[in-house]
Amino acid sequence: MTDRLSVRKTYKLYIGGAFPRSESGRSYTVNDAKGNFLANASRASRKDVRDAVVAARKAQTPWAARTPYNRGQILYRVAEMLEGRREQFTDELRATGLAKNAARAEVDAAVDRWVWYAGWADKVAQVTGAANPVAGPFFNFSTPEPTGVVGIIAPDGPLLGLASVLAPVIVTGNTAVVVAAEPAPLPAVTLGEVLATSDLPGGVVNILTGHRAELAPWLASHMDVNGLDLTGAGEELAAECEKAAAENLKRVLRPAGNDWTADPGTVRMTTFLETKTVWHPVGV
Amino acid sequence: MFEYAPAPESRDIVDIKPSYGLFIDGEFVDADTSFKTVNPASEEVLAEIAEASAADVDRAVTAARRAYDGVWSRLPAAERAKYLFRIARIIQERSRELAVLESIDNGKPIRESRDVDLPLVAAHFFYHAGWADKLEYAVRDPRPLGVAGQVIPWNFPLLMLAWKIAPALACGNTVVLKPAETTPLTALAFAEICRQADLPPGVVNIVTGAGETGRALVEHDGIDKVAFTGSTEVGRRIARSVAGTRKRLTLELGGKAANVIFDDAPLDQAVEGIVNGIFFNQGHVCCAGSRLLVQESVAEELLDRLKTRMATLRVGDPLDKNTDVGAINSAAQLEKIRMLSEVGEKEGATRWSPPCELPDRGFWFAPTVFTGVAQSHRIAREEIFGPVLSVLTFRTPQEAVDKANNTPYGLSAGVWTEKGSRILWMAERLRAGVVWANTFNKFDPASPFGGYKESGFGREGGRHGLEAYLR
Amino acid sequence: MGDAVCVSTETLPGLVTGTAELRRFLHGLPGVDQVGAEERAARLATRSIKKSAKAEAIDLAISMVDLTTLEGADTPGKVRALCAKGMHPDPGDASVPKVAAICVYSDLVAEAVRALTGSGVGVASVATAFPSGRAPLDAKLADTRRAVDDGASEIDMVIDRGAFLAGDYAKVYDEIVAIKAECGEAHLKVILETGELVTYDNVRRASWLAMMAGADFIKTSTGKVSPAATLPVTLVMLEAVRDYRARTGRQVGVKPAGGIRSTKDAIKHLVLVNETAGPDWLTPRWFRIGASSLLNDLLMQRRKLTTGVYAGPDYFTMD
Repeated sequence: MTDRLSVRKTYKLYIGGAFPRSESGRSYTVNDAKGNFLANASRASRKDVRDAVVAARKAQTPWAARTPYNRGQILYRVAEMLEGRREQFTDELRATGLAKNAARAEVDAAVDRWVWYAGWADKVAQVTGAANPVAGPFFNFSTPEPTGVVGIIAPDGPLLGLASVLAPVIVTGNTAVVVAAEPAPLPAVTLGEVLATSDLPGGVVNILTGHRAELAPWLASHMDVNGLDLTGAGEELAAECEKAAAENLKRVLRPAGNDWTADPGTVRMTTFLETKTVWHPVGV
Repeated sequence: MFEYAPAPESRDIVDIKPSYGLFIDGEFVDADTSFKTVNPASEEVLAEIAEASAADVDRAVTAARRAYDGVWSRLPAAERAKYLFRIARIIQERSRELAVLESIDNGKPIRESRDVDLPLVAAHFFYHAGWADKLEYAVRDPRPLGVAGQVIPWNFPLLMLAWKIAPALACGNTVVLKPAETTPLTALAFAEICRQADLPPGVVNIVTGAGETGRALVEHDGIDKVAFTGSTEVGRRIARSVAGTRKRLTLELGGKAANVIFDDAPLDQAVEGIVNGIFFNQGHVCCAGSRLLVQESVAEELLDRLKTRMATLRVGDPLDKNTDVGAINSAAQLEKIRMLSEVGEKEGATRWSPPCELPDRGFWFAPTVFTGVAQSHRIAREEIFGPVLSVLTFRTPQEAVDKANNTPYGLSAGVWTEKGSRILWMAERLRAGVVWANTFNKFDPASPFGGYKESGFGREGGRHGLEAYLR
Repeated sequence: MGDAVCVSTETLPGLVTGTAELRRFLHGLPGVDQVGAEERAARLATRSIKKSAKAEAIDLAISMVDLTTLEGADTPGKVRALCAKGMHPDPGDASVPKVAAICVYSDLVAEAVRALTGSGVGVASVATAFPSGRAPLDAKLADTRRAVDDGASEIDMVIDRGAFLAGDYAKVYDEIVAIKAECGEAHLKVILETGELVTYDNVRRASWLAMMAGADFIKTSTGKVSPAATLPVTLVMLEAVRDYRARTGRQVGVKPAGGIRSTKDAIKHLVLVNETAGPDWLTPRWFRIGASSLLNDLLMQRRKLTTGVYAGPDYFTMD
C-alpha cells in the first residue's frame, strides 16, 4: 500500500470574514524549524491593509452593539472550536520547532486564554466603570467603550501570543487588523478558520500574513485606525510606528517583555477602551 | 431701565511684583531672559516673567528627581496626603486673592474665577489628597512613575495646574510644570503656596516660558511622564517626540463639541446650557459646545430665545462682578477668532451678535452666533476657541448622532431632551469622553475628563485619573 | 410650542376648554429642568447691585410692595395702621414712595378703602376661601363679590390645587373664569400656591392655565404654605408671562409673595425680572411683591445709602 498523497491547505488571508489571497498576488515561503518547506503564505500588501481596515471599520459598530453577554459567548465559542482542533494546532506548532508536549501545552493555554477573556466581556465595565460622587445635584457615571479599530502587530508566539493580544482587543467591542507572526504565520491563518466558524461576525478580526516592516507602518499611519498594539514590533519598527500613530493620536500599546504564562491583567483591554462620563441632573 | 452700576472687585487684594523668577527646588531663581505678561482687558503690562532655558529646565528636572528619590517617594502616603490637604486649605484661604489675580492675568470674569475656577481648584487638591494613602484600593500594585513634566494652557491657568499637580503628587510623583506664557501669575502664586505649606523643595517646580521651554521639558530625558493640555496640533508634536521613548503620555486636546437640542427639550434650560456651553470663559474652553445641533422643528423658536438671551450678556471689565463675558486672552487669540469668523461669513453663514459696546483698549470679541452653517464649513469643523457658536439643524436622532460624531475630535457633547430613553440612546452613541445631558460644562474632581480620537487620551479626575500617574 | 395641539393664537386665551384639550396643551409646554432652573436663578442672584442701582432698586421695590396682613387676629385698627404705613412708609422722609397696595381679607376691605381714600394706594383682597380654596364655588363667588362691592381694586384668588393635582384642569379654569367675571374693574391676581404644586412643570402649567383663563397677575403663594416665593419659582413664572405675551400679545403681571423679607431678596427678584421677562415688567403695574416685614428692611437699607451708617429697627415704625 502506498502512502496517500496529502491534500495541502492554501494559507490565505482572512479579511471581512472571507479568505482572499493577497491582492498583490505575492506569497512567501514558510519553512519548518528544520528548514523544510511547509507552505507559501500570502504576503499581504498595503492594499490588503487598506481592505482589512475597511472591513474592520464596517464591523465595529455592530460588534460593539452586541450585548457583552453575546460577545462573551462568541469568544467562548472560539475556545470551543479551538479545543476541537487541538491536534491540528499541535502539529502546526510542532512544525515551528516546539516539542510535542510544549506544543500541546501552548494549545491548551491558548484555549484557556480565550475562555479567560470570554468571561471578561460582561465584567470589564463593572471593574473599570464608576458612579462618581460629584458635588452637585447630578448623577454621574463612567463607562468604558471600545476605542474602535485596533491594529495589532502580533508577537512571535504564533498561537498563545496571538490569542493573548487578540482576545483582549475584541472582547470589549473593538475590531482588529492583525499582522500575524512573520516567521510562523500558519497557526494564525488556521485560527482565522476557527474564528470563521465561531459565530464571530466577519470583519471583527482580520488577519494578514506577510512582512511586519512592510505592513506595520501602513497600519500605524492609517487615519481610520484608532489604536495600535506594537507587541510584535521590534524596537526600531515600534518607534517608527509610534511616531506615525501620533498623526491621529492613536492609542498605542508599546512592546514590553511578554511572558504569556503570567497573569495578563487588564491593561491589554483598558489600553483600547475609552472612558465615557455622562452627567445628568437629578430633579423632579 | 434698570442699569446695574459698576461693581468692581477690589484689585488691592493682589500684590503683583514687578518681576518673577523660576520656582526651582523650592527657591525663586533668575533666568537669563524674560517676557512680559499683560492684562488682556487693558493691555497693561503686569510683570516681567523669567523665561526658562533648556538649562533651567534641566535644573528643574534634576531638582524634581532629587526630591523624588530623596524625599517624596520615601514619605509615608498619609503624610503626602496631609501636604495636599494643607495646600487645599491654603487655596481656600487665599481664594479671593487668587481669583482676582486669575481674572487680571487671564481676562475671565471674576464671577467665574470666583465661583467656578477657585472652588474647583481647592476641591481638586482636597479630593486627590484623600487618594494618596488609598491608591491600592484603586489600582493593583500602585507605584509612582517618577518625575512628571506638565504643560498647561492659558484658559484655566490655576485649575489646569490643579488638574495636573494634585493627582501627580497624590500618586507619589514629583513635577516640573510649565504654565502658559500669557497666564503665569497664578502658577507663581501657587509656588508661594507650596512654600507656605512647607512642601519639600523640588517636589513642585514651576518653569515659566513659551513653546521652547515646553519643548525642552517634554523632550527632557530625565522625565518619566508627559502630561499636556492644549491644542491638538501641539499634542500631536508631543506625541511624536515621545514616540520610541519610555515616557508615559496623557494628552487633553481640542474639541468641537456638538450640543444637541431635541424639540422636546426643556427649552429655557437648554438656552442656558447653550449660553453656558459657548460663552463660558469667552469660549476658551476645549469642551465648549461650539456646534449647536438643533432639531429643525424647534430651530426657529430656540434661536429666537437664544438671541434674546444673548442680548442680556454683559461683556466688559473682568473684575466687574456683573460681567458675564470678559476679555479674549491675547491679541493672537483674538486674531484667530476674527479670522475664522470672517471665513464663516465668506462661506455663506449668517453672522449675528447682540448690540454690545466693547471697551477701547484690550482684546474683545462680542458673543457671536452663526446660523445656516453646514458641516462642510470651516467654522463647523475647526476649533475657534472663542465666543462663536455655529448652528446646524437635524431632523432625526440618527442624523444628530452622525453629525455630532462627524469630526476628528471627541472631547465632549451635550444632549437636551426630556425623554429618558433617548438620552441614554444618544449618550451611548456620541463618541465623546464627556456627555452632558440636560446640562453643560460641569466639572468635578471626582468625574473623569478627557477625549476620544484626536481630543487626546488619558483621563483627568476620578479614579480613572490616577492611572495616568501610576505604573 | 403647542403647535401640534389644535390651539391657535386667536383661540388660545378663552377657547381652550375641556380637560382633555387643556391637558394636551399644558403638557405640550416645554418642560422645566429643576436643576437648570435653580442654577439660573442662583446665578442671577449673584448679581452685584450697588450704589445708584441699589438706590433705584430699593425705591422700585417699595413701590411694588403689596403690604399684607392676613391673620385671624386682624382688626380694623390693625388694618388702619397698616394703611397709614403704606401711604407714608417713612414718616421722616417724604421722598420714600408709597407702596402699591394694602392686602387684606375681604371682610376688612371696606376699612382699608376708607383709610386709603385718595392716596393712590390700592386695596387688594384675598378671596375664594383663602388660603385653602376649599369651599363651594358659590361661597367663593360671594366672597369675591363682597370684596369688589366694598371697593377692592385687586382680587387675589387661590386656585383649587386639589383639582389641579387631580388633573381636573377644566375645573380650575372654569373657576378662574367665574371669579374673573365677578371682578368687574378689579384686577385679578391668581395665586397658584406653588409650594403645593411642588414641581416647576406644574408651576409653568398652572401659570398658563391661569393666564388663559384671564388672570391679570399670577401670584406664587398665599404665604401660608412653605416654600412660598422662591427665586426659581418666580423665574419660571416670569418665563411664562414672557412667553404668553410673545404668543398672545397680552401682558400679565407677576407677584411673588411670602418669604421675601430682606432687601437682598427683593433686589434678587428685580434682577430676575430685568433679565427674564425684561424691563417692561419693572413697574408696580406688572410686578408686585407680597410682603409685610420686607418694607422695614427696605427702609433701613435706604437710610444706610443716604446717611452712610447702618440703621437700627428702633428708628422705623412697626405697623
